[in-house]
Amino acid sequence: MSTTVQTIPAAEAPLPKLPADYKPLLLVPALALLALPLIGDFPAWVTLTVAGLAMGMMIFLMASGLTLVFGLMDVLNFGHGAFVAVGAFTATFVLLPMQNWLQVDSVVMNLAALGLAILLAMVVTGCLGWIFERVIIMPVYGQHLKQILITMGGLIVAEQLIHVVWGPDQIPLPLPASFRGAIILGEAAVEKYRLIAVAVGLAVFIAMSLVLNRTKIGLLIRAGVENGEMVEALGYRIRRLFVGVFVAGSALAGLGGVMWGLYKEVLTAAMGSEIMVPVFIVIIIGGLGSVGGCFIGALLVALMANYTGFLVPKVALASNILLMVAILLWRPQGLYPVAKR
Amino acid sequence: MSEALLRLAGVHTHIGQYHILQGVDLTVPKGGLTVLLGRNGAGKTTTLRTIMGLWHASRGSVSFDGQDITRRATPDISCAGIAYVPENMGIFSDLTVRENLVLAARRGEPERARLDWIFGFFPALKKFWNQAAGTLSGGQKQMLAIARAIVEPRKLLLVDEPTKGLAPAIVQSLINAFRELKSTETTILLVEQNFNFVRSLGDSVAVMDDGRIVYSGPMAELAEDRHLQQRLLGLSLDAHQQRLP
Repeated sequence: MSTTVQTIPAAEAPLPKLPADYKPLLLVPALALLALPLIGDFPAWVTLTVAGLAMGMMIFLMASGLTLVFGLMDVLNFGHGAFVAVGAFTATFVLLPMQNWLQVDSVVMNLAALGLAILLAMVVTGCLGWIFERVIIMPVYGQHLKQILITMGGLIVAEQLIHVVWGPDQIPLPLPASFRGAIILGEAAVEKYRLIAVAVGLAVFIAMSLVLNRTKIGLLIRAGVENGEMVEALGYRIRRLFVGVFVAGSALAGLGGVMWGLYKEVLTAAMGSEIMVPVFIVIIIGGLGSVGGCFIGALLVALMANYTGFLVPKVALASNILLMVAILLWRPQGLYPVAKR
Repeated sequence: MSEALLRLAGVHTHIGQYHILQGVDLTVPKGGLTVLLGRNGAGKTTTLRTIMGLWHASRGSVSFDGQDITRRATPDISCAGIAYVPENMGIFSDLTVRENLVLAARRGEPERARLDWIFGFFPALKKFWNQAAGTLSGGQKQMLAIARAIVEPRKLLLVDEPTKGLAPAIVQSLINAFRELKSTETTILLVEQNFNFVRSLGDSVAVMDDGRIVYSGPMAELAEDRHLQQRLLGLSLDAHQQRLP
């Protein structure tokens, strides 16, 4: 081979660039603009839109790991909500003893306590994810019905364990002092915490996009979602990748749980299972295994819920199902379908 | 006959309740191109998948470059120096042509000189470098699948029916590519049904039927003996011979 390589001519002109599919990206501004005349009141529209974006970012945090697990491992993990709830409750180990740090009107002290709580929650849910994958999911790879049953069982066990550890009562989780209140933009009031949720969600999405698109690990994950067998045939151990993605997805759900708990300002053991319906809608809308699709899907679901909740409260519960139907009629495999072998 | 690079001895493979390979004995000499012929369902694809460890042999042994790889995991077999181009090409549709090749280059980024060598016989890959692989035509996907297998030097290249469903012009470009590959040190085991495609390429040939090797020898011998072709390949010879341009 070496002799052949030496006779090869030097590199020529730059290679062509990749065309992108922007249509699904336009859905979010399109939905927001469509809602504006229906709501009729600009400040209310701004408030609802920011609230929807914040909620969407938190749903994205909880759903992003699940969509990768779904795509990469072909695992129907109905127990993903356990990581959300455990993450939120674990944060109380830091947030409740550090109440004096949270009640001081100091951004630095508030962020330090919250950062520590999020770190602990992510470490605990990451470890829990590793145990969950090894003990509960590994024996049922490739068996979807068993996966549904056993992961739902895992979720129930996790909820009961939360009752054992933290007790049966709801736990109030007040927002840190500097995150309370709203910023007034013209006549619109935008809650500070919602802006923080948007910032955190965006940061995680950008980080995930960079990892998935600019690193070899990311390439392996994307390729593994599509054809794990071929990734192995190229010489990579995909099982290790599975475990890593599962742990990362669980930790992200833990982060989402903390953010969601602070948003609701109260923790219940069932908070994980309650959020799973929109989470599943999001990953189906986005296309199983697609992080970009999951991001857009989360924003669409949350915006739709906020707008319909304001305009036609009775339709709010069904609005996301209607959204899912509309999107699947347009793109039956989701917004960004991942080709499977 | 040169030294054996790959040797299958009495290999049996079961897939579920089906007994597909029923004692395959196959030797692939180092260097050159060995062709594995046979009708549909003879066990050719199963043989390649068993070599790659994608399905494990229930009996018998597979040795590669002097090492027993029968029970090894697929990534280990790949790292030992075997590249695989499956029948469905196995390209990653959501990844670009570039990303497909980057992934196959285990040492890091593909060498530009190596890429230019590949572009020499597969120029379409350069044209669609940043295009999602799923948008390529069937022939271009096949080129990408082969390019991915050779983006770094490998000792053995397993290729499963590369001409299936391709236009004659694309088949000709594949012939040129395999001729170029033969000039390197890479050994090739090519599964094919199109006898006209492989008769000028193959150095040695093995014919499979019902999960066993029923003939092996030099390609020239089979290419010259019409009766032997009829006896070994039978109807499949007429059914699958594709005229080349």
